[in-house]
Amino acid sequence: MKDYFKNVWLGVWTALIGMRITIDHLFRKNVTVQYPNVHPKDKAGWMDMPSNARNRLYVDMDECNGCNSCARACPVNCISIETVRSVPGDAPPPLASGGKRNLWVSQFEIDFTKCCFCSLCTEACPTGAIVMTTEFEYSSYNRYDLVYNFVKLQNSMSDEKIAEVKEKWAEHQKEKKKEAVEPK
Amino acid sequence: MEEANFVFNMIGENWIAFAIISLLPMIFLLAYALIAILGELKISAFIQERLGPMRTGPWGIIQPVAEVVKLLQKEDITPDSANKPLFNLAPFIMFAASYAGFAVIPFSSYFVPSGINLGLFFLLAVGSLGIIGLLMGGWASNNKYSLLGGLRAVAQIVSYEIPAAMVILTIAVMAGSLDLQEIIRQQSGWFWNWFVFGGSGGWIKIIFLPFSFIMCIIYIIASLAETNRTPFDIPEGESELVAGYHTEYSGMKFAMFFFAEYANMFIVSAIITIIFFGGWNSPFGDFMGGPIWGVFWFVSKAFVFVFLQIWLRWTLPRLRVDQLMYVSWKVLLPFSFVCFLALSLLVMLK
Ligand code: SF4
Ligand code: SF4
Repeated sequence: MKDYFKNVWLGVWTALIGMRITIDHLFRKNVTVQYPNVHPKDKAGWMDMPSNARNRLYVDMDECNGCNSCARACPVNCISIETVRSVPGDAPPPLASGGKRNLWVSQFEIDFTKCCFCSLCTEACPTGAIVMTTEFEYSSYNRYDLVYNFVKLQNSMSDEKIAEVKEKWAEHQKEKKKEAVEPK
Repeated sequence: MEEANFVFNMIGENWIAFAIISLLPMIFLLAYALIAILGELKISAFIQERLGPMRTGPWGIIQPVAEVVKLLQKEDITPDSANKPLFNLAPFIMFAASYAGFAVIPFSSYFVPSGINLGLFFLLAVGSLGIIGLLMGGWASNNKYSLLGGLRAVAQIVSYEIPAAMVILTIAVMAGSLDLQEIIRQQSGWFWNWFVFGGSGGWIKIIFLPFSFIMCIIYIIASLAETNRTPFDIPEGESELVAGYHTEYSGMKFAMFFFAEYANMFIVSAIITIIFFGGWNSPFGDFMGGPIWGVFWFVSKAFVFVFLQIWLRWTLPRLRVDQLMYVSWKVLLPFSFVCFLALSLLVMLK
């Protein structure tokens, strides 16, 4: 009997609590914006997109050490990275944040037609080179325009430079082989 | 009591007067439906901190017109295996039943479409006529979801009719009349004369205030269930039954179900207003009294309850079927019996 009255009372009381919450939200400021007319970033009081927003990725090539973690984390395999190992004495410039680098990143492609914006790559990156930006308006008439090669875009390595380091590495390999065949 | 009806006073009792009287609620209903649809869209948006419709007209205020036009243009599909006569008849019965309720709603002391002195009883009777439309539509669609929705609607409405009838019985005891105008007249004066505050009478009624409050809450809950509004929208729960009894309906016929639902919302709000909140009476004695202000008070009070229904819809989740029956038979019914006895005692003491 006591339980019954308690149950009824709780039913009424929790409904009232819920109604108080919804009436409170009724008079709050809207969080959405009238999108094409107002950009979310322009909304008064917003510094940036919401922290959980998923938008276009950006890779800072000065920070990327070519570890391939992002490509391995990606569930749809839309990141393809090519690296060239550096020969001793000709290491690439260190990371902007100071870390050492042993690999030349000769290609860093993200295919945004495949990307599902899960943000797993940004979590896997050890140096914080790959990040989500606030840019989401980048539709295109040609789907090949959506394959971004960040090496080309940021011009972190010119084609000649890539050819040069590749050749250096090939030579280094040859020398090593020779050394293995005819030891001193 | 001589019936006061301003249309009869102006142009006499001829067929034009009857036509006008039967069309006036329809005009009101159309205007109300547009406002209520917009209200539903906007209130739901604001509760979820969205903007709601914004494109049609300034701030989207002609969105309901667009919705109605869209519904009317759509193809009217009748499924091959449906029972055509019943299928086509159902929305009309549903709508006629809700519109019939308007026949006795007193909008003002000088306007009630039909001043029969069994108004309360009439409302109760035609209020449950709509179930036939629901079940007919659900059954004739020849679709398992529709049938389930129709059956659930009947189970639900029949169960909730009983607490609602208990409340109406109590009001009949308190007012000593089933005539809606008479019930409203007894609540005239200040707002503490309303039946939700125990009706007019001496200070003894203070002891009975909780009972009349509970009665009012019982009626609000039961009326939500009778109009199939959330949290009692089990007959049309989209997550389990697609759209319940109107799954197979489209275009014009769907619009009629939709319209009937909104008309029902207004009718139950009007009943709450009439039996608990003084109908067209001004809350402040003679302040802004009279027949013209009466319309204003009546409509605004009713809109408060329409708002309450919309507000509840965006607050509470849907009940399970067993919880639905529990609320009706094990909670509302015993409480309404106790309150009925208590309020009858009050009437004897007065
Ligand atoms: S956001 Fe997800 S899908 Fe897109 S590149 Fe990163 S890991 Fe791959
Ligand atoms: S995880 Fe970071 S550092 Fe490693 S390859 Fe990807 S972007 Fe470069």
